[in-house]
Amino acid sequence: MSKSEKVTKTSGSDRVNRSYLDKSRRREYTILIPDMLPIHFKLIMAIYKKYGYNMELLQTSTRNVIDEGLKNVHNDTCYPALLVVGQFMDALKSGKYDLDHTALLISQTGGGCRASNYIHLLRKALSETYPQIPVLSLNFSGLEKNASIDVTPSIALKLIYAVLYGDMLMLLYNQCKPYEVNKGETDRLLARWQHRLGKLFETRNRYMHTKSIYRAILKDFSAIERTKEKKPKVGIVGEIYVKYSPLANNHLNEFLLEEGCEPNVPGLLDFVLYCASDSVNDGLLYDKKDKDYFLFGIGYDILYKFQKQQIRIIKECSDFQPPHDFEHLRKCADKYMNQGVKMGEGWLITAEMAALAETGTKNIICTQPFGCLPNHIVAKGMSRRIKEAYPDANIVAIDYDPGATKVNQENRIKLMLANAVIE
Amino acid sequence: MSKIYDLGIDVGSTTVKTVILDEGEFVYNKYERHFSKVRETVAQQLSAIRELYPEDKFRIAITGSAGLGIAQASGIAFVQEVFSAFIAVNKRYPKADVVVELGGEDAKIIFLTGGVEQRMNGSCAGGTGAFIDQMAGLLGVDPDEMNELALKAQKLYPIASRCGVFAKSDIQPLLNQGAKKEDIAASIFQAVVDQTVSGLAQGRKIAGQVLFLGGPLTYLSALRKAFRETLSLTEENAVLPENSSCYMGFGAALHADTLAEEMTIDEALEKIKNAKTGDSIVIGKRLFDSREDYNEFVKRHMKSDLRYEDIREYEGEAYLGIDAGSTTTKLVLITPDGKLLYQHYCSNRGQPLDIIAQKLGEIYELANPNLVIKASAVTGYGEELIKAGLGVDYGIVETVAHYKAAAYFCPDVDFIIDIGGQDIKCFKIKQNAIDSIMLNEACSSGCGSFIQTFAGAMGYDIAEFARLGLFAKAPVELGSRCTVFMNSSVKQAQKDGASVEDISAGLSSSIIKNAVYKVIRAKSIDELGKNIVVQGGTFLNDAVLRSFEMELGRNVIRPAIAGLMGAFGCALFAKEKSRGLDKNSNVLSKEQLEQFSYKSSAVTCGGCGAHCNLTIIRFNDGHRFTSGNRCEKGAGIKLTDRTENLVEYKYRKILSYADDKPAAPIARVGIPLALSYYDLMPYFATMLKELGFEVVISEESTRATYYKGQQTIPSDTVCYPAKLCHGHIESLLEQGVDFIFYPCMSYNMDEGQSDNHYNCPVVAYYPELLKANNDELTDENFIAPYLDINRKNHVAKAVARSLAKYGITKDKVAAVLNKAYSEQFRYRRDIEAKAMEIMAEARRKGEQIVVLAGRPYHIDPEINHGIHKLIASLGFAVITEDSVSNLVNTPALDVLNQWTYHSRLYRAAEYVCEHEDMQLVQLVSFGCGIDAVTTDEVRAILEEKGKLYTQLKIDEITNLGAAKIRLRSLAAALEEKQASQEIKKEEITA
Repeated sequence: MSKSEKVTKTSGSDRVNRSYLDKSRRREYTILIPDMLPIHFKLIMAIYKKYGYNMELLQTSTRNVIDEGLKNVHNDTCYPALLVVGQFMDALKSGKYDLDHTALLISQTGGGCRASNYIHLLRKALSETYPQIPVLSLNFSGLEKNASIDVTPSIALKLIYAVLYGDMLMLLYNQCKPYEVNKGETDRLLARWQHRLGKLFETRNRYMHTKSIYRAILKDFSAIERTKEKKPKVGIVGEIYVKYSPLANNHLNEFLLEEGCEPNVPGLLDFVLYCASDSVNDGLLYDKKDKDYFLFGIGYDILYKFQKQQIRIIKECSDFQPPHDFEHLRKCADKYMNQGVKMGEGWLITAEMAALAETGTKNIICTQPFGCLPNHIVAKGMSRRIKEAYPDANIVAIDYDPGATKVNQENRIKLMLANAVIE
Repeated sequence: MSKIYDLGIDVGSTTVKTVILDEGEFVYNKYERHFSKVRETVAQQLSAIRELYPEDKFRIAITGSAGLGIAQASGIAFVQEVFSAFIAVNKRYPKADVVVELGGEDAKIIFLTGGVEQRMNGSCAGGTGAFIDQMAGLLGVDPDEMNELALKAQKLYPIASRCGVFAKSDIQPLLNQGAKKEDIAASIFQAVVDQTVSGLAQGRKIAGQVLFLGGPLTYLSALRKAFRETLSLTEENAVLPENSSCYMGFGAALHADTLAEEMTIDEALEKIKNAKTGDSIVIGKRLFDSREDYNEFVKRHMKSDLRYEDIREYEGEAYLGIDAGSTTTKLVLITPDGKLLYQHYCSNRGQPLDIIAQKLGEIYELANPNLVIKASAVTGYGEELIKAGLGVDYGIVETVAHYKAAAYFCPDVDFIIDIGGQDIKCFKIKQNAIDSIMLNEACSSGCGSFIQTFAGAMGYDIAEFARLGLFAKAPVELGSRCTVFMNSSVKQAQKDGASVEDISAGLSSSIIKNAVYKVIRAKSIDELGKNIVVQGGTFLNDAVLRSFEMELGRNVIRPAIAGLMGAFGCALFAKEKSRGLDKNSNVLSKEQLEQFSYKSSAVTCGGCGAHCNLTIIRFNDGHRFTSGNRCEKGAGIKLTDRTENLVEYKYRKILSYADDKPAAPIARVGIPLALSYYDLMPYFATMLKELGFEVVISEESTRATYYKGQQTIPSDTVCYPAKLCHGHIESLLEQGVDFIFYPCMSYNMDEGQSDNHYNCPVVAYYPELLKANNDELTDENFIAPYLDINRKNHVAKAVARSLAKYGITKDKVAAVLNKAYSEQFRYRRDIEAKAMEIMAEARRKGEQIVVLAGRPYHIDPEINHGIHKLIASLGFAVITEDSVSNLVNTPALDVLNQWTYHSRLYRAAEYVCEHEDMQLVQLVSFGCGIDAVTTDEVRAILEEKGKLYTQLKIDEITNLGAAKIRLRSLAAALEEKQASQEIKKEEITA
């Protein structure tokens, strides 16, 4: 049997080659995933491993990643698309992977923003050079029926747990790292917990014991010896990929830590809840009480309960600052705009900025890909209103794109930090 | 006896400033350009200080955009530059309200009263000081002279202010059309002011006592004047502080006062000397490993040289070619067998007509009396002017000229790339005709002149600078995007200690990357074909040429006259055209040339609402030449028998919806003539009218509309159609409407042809942004319900809820909705019928039909800048994408087809493919992210069926130069295609 028969091939147009992964052969493939949220994605990899998917998280951040992106997608496309495609192409060209047994995984939200087209841009990029590489979509909207990675109810549930634990680790890491007395202790603890959680996901249901797991995590992080000094808290909000991905934001989190700040990065669960609430909001706004309205409504309630539990336990068992309550975020949004603004990160960005300012994180970096369309409305468009409501809020919008230099970005962040000292 | 002073060192992008304070008082300051030798200059200034204060100790702080690296590496304290300006102003001018500080590459505003806020230009805005330098270079003067010129101005031209590259493409045509330098200089300063106001203030008013800081504002009084006038400041309120150019250094020195560490200058020098540079520079490949490699390379390219003939000796026919380019002028004179008699290449210094006339005179001086100019042709930005002024026989589009020339050197040429001072032009050749053209978009042009400006900034001439790069040991990797961004990349490289050699090599490679990735966007080399000819003055630079070959991994052909190819092509064209004609060239004879003179004057055309700025040149023989007009009207040409233009028809139709006014309206409701209203006007206007409201449409867009709303635009990178929206809101408020009705719509009409039917995020939610940024808008006077117009029942409910105050109920809305839907439907049918009519007429007359495909709001004359008229003037009939999109089904696509407006593009492309006499021209607004997806797809659909794809990018820029080149090339390519088909037919019948 020849190699090319391993994948089935259908086409949209004849212009672009597309390959689909024959799922019965998934074990033979290495599935590459882009570098967005290292903490979370490692947990997700552990989950899928059990189902026979071997995933590898790409963590390359060389100039060549950007160059490959520039070469392979329209240069006016947003930076995240350019980086994701660039990182994949860089990896495929590196010679590290057996090209007949490599597939790519990309997430799709299906909203009215350009991001839903990433998978298509990726396919176009692959079409000529690597027609044999299948692309998988991770989505919850029924897109790409032939090319979706399995999201069975049980996998979906596990993914939710991964988001919950990932968020918690990220939250605690950022609250401990700036103050740790013994260098490297926080990092070591983070690695230990990532490993342990990975193991838990291999069990039948022990990962579901959130209460005891949260407590154990909190206990460990509370035990890290920390100084009592006061450091400026800096919130990071923005377009989801640039906000989280160290590749995209030039290692913003690390930079802030080096500058003596405490980063405060709202978790991924907020975004998941935001997506779920969109269908509910659509139903209410447009009298569209369809299947999605009810299903996502139920999903939303379940997720929100999970979040409330996590917040409660953090408050009970530690003095760490818990994540924002999502219902509270929605109330924050209502002060500025209708929750009908649902493209990209939509009202969530505005709400997070307001919530951060309200809870003492007055310094806020709003990260955005250069020319990001929803951001015109929800970030730059609303910062004036937020400033009116919180006159001492110190917000800086940073654009990321292939040409923006680190020195320029850091200079602007430093300006913001200089003001943070004034207070 | 030693003393303790405070020393502030401000290391900016172009200058180093040092300030010494004694107990808070200035005792010393120095301002010096560093020509990118940052560390050396700092060390020099410190050494100078050591001479003056050998015994004393200093508390030292560094500030400035290029200072961070030095500070970090040396361990000397750093203070962010805006913050240091803030400290300084607080100390000296505690009562100031606003500080405007322009530096070499940064612009900053600090609001001091009413909530302290400090702002810097975003990464797109580009430099201001550097921008002024560059513009001055374009005018052929230094900044001080430009200042003098500006003070004598009588008239302002609109110049795009967002970034230097945009501005350049506005200025160049003005220069070429003979606009006065005085007026242009003042317009440039005005552009800087506009940029600061719109890009930085973003809705906050600059008022009260305003302080001007930084080099440009200190030294250029005309710039201050422009600020004062634009902001309506009184003399007392526009303050230029003493030592204003050193204020950040002053602030740093004040900050130093709070530091504990004291050191002598020697210690400071030691620290700076020992500072380790970062290792963050990415090193690219060397251009040449050895001298031998270079010699080999030179020898290879020597092969593509022309033969020469002495103009003094030569007798017989000759052909003159002129390329009146944007920054440079080129002339060649050739013999019938292609030998070069005369060549000239120079900067036109804004006076192409003078220079060409002078050079023509020189040809007559040199030439053998028996030399006859048989024919002449001209191309380039100045084509029409030169043709009119000097009697040149033919005018051709640049692309054709370049192809003619390239084919001379390489008859089988597949691909031509030309990098000139301002543009990159690439075109593929298929079957002896120009197949597809790629031009750089307004945002990345200026490539050749960029490297020149950079060489100048570093204190080298361009040839020397290029030579330095050839043998660079460690070329730095700089960005590959727009030139303004490259400035910051260079800054960073310098900070990290890269040498001039390495930077020169890096810049060459950047220019090439820009061309390959951004303009050509080739995925594989094979796509370009085997035979590649490179040309344009920039390729005379061996470093650039080598970088290109390295990037491609193959050798290319560079004719020795690379810089003259346009002119050479013209001469060849003239020869071809005049074959068999029994007359000599019309070009001014020696005697006529001696009499030649002209006068230029500027007027505003009153022919229509566009109010073009016309430049009228009167020649001594009485005839005149008009430029700057977008249609024939301005040039005084009578329009007869013109096929109707659907863009205009649609526009008038949309406006007509405000015509009938009810006798006793419930209230006057305002509709902004912007974005989705250009599509859904029939629906909403009918609904509102039927409910008993009077519908008031905001004014027709002009540049003034934009300025009206400029103060409330929060995002300077949003598309121009959205920016105009702000002005329309102001217009409605001026008209005193009772309220503005502007719904938010995630979804547009479902036309049943796409995966989903979204609006783009900007169109969908712009009302939210308008409301948040305009203080005059309230819940009462700005009603923005969320509507999904596909759901009738919901619309009735939601509209009723939003208009309850006016007694509107759900039943009332429901009763009129059918009319609204059918009016929308009728409108679309009417447009489609009109398109059919136009197409039929065009076919009768044998005209080609162009589908001008964009968004509904691209029919706004301020957004499309009259491109539809330009297309019509080239002999095409013009229809719109939505007039044919319902006639076909969506073709097979490789993208997610989820936006209503964009989905029409794909179908329009499909329709065009089905008709031989139709072409598609896609209009794209700068900053439209979604079009990054659609343009490639539309191109793919068209090219698959052998159609040409033409894309025009539009912004606030009013100059249609680039659009013209593309459209004329399209026309020329179609002509060639037709000609070759006819030849084929003849062959078959024979």
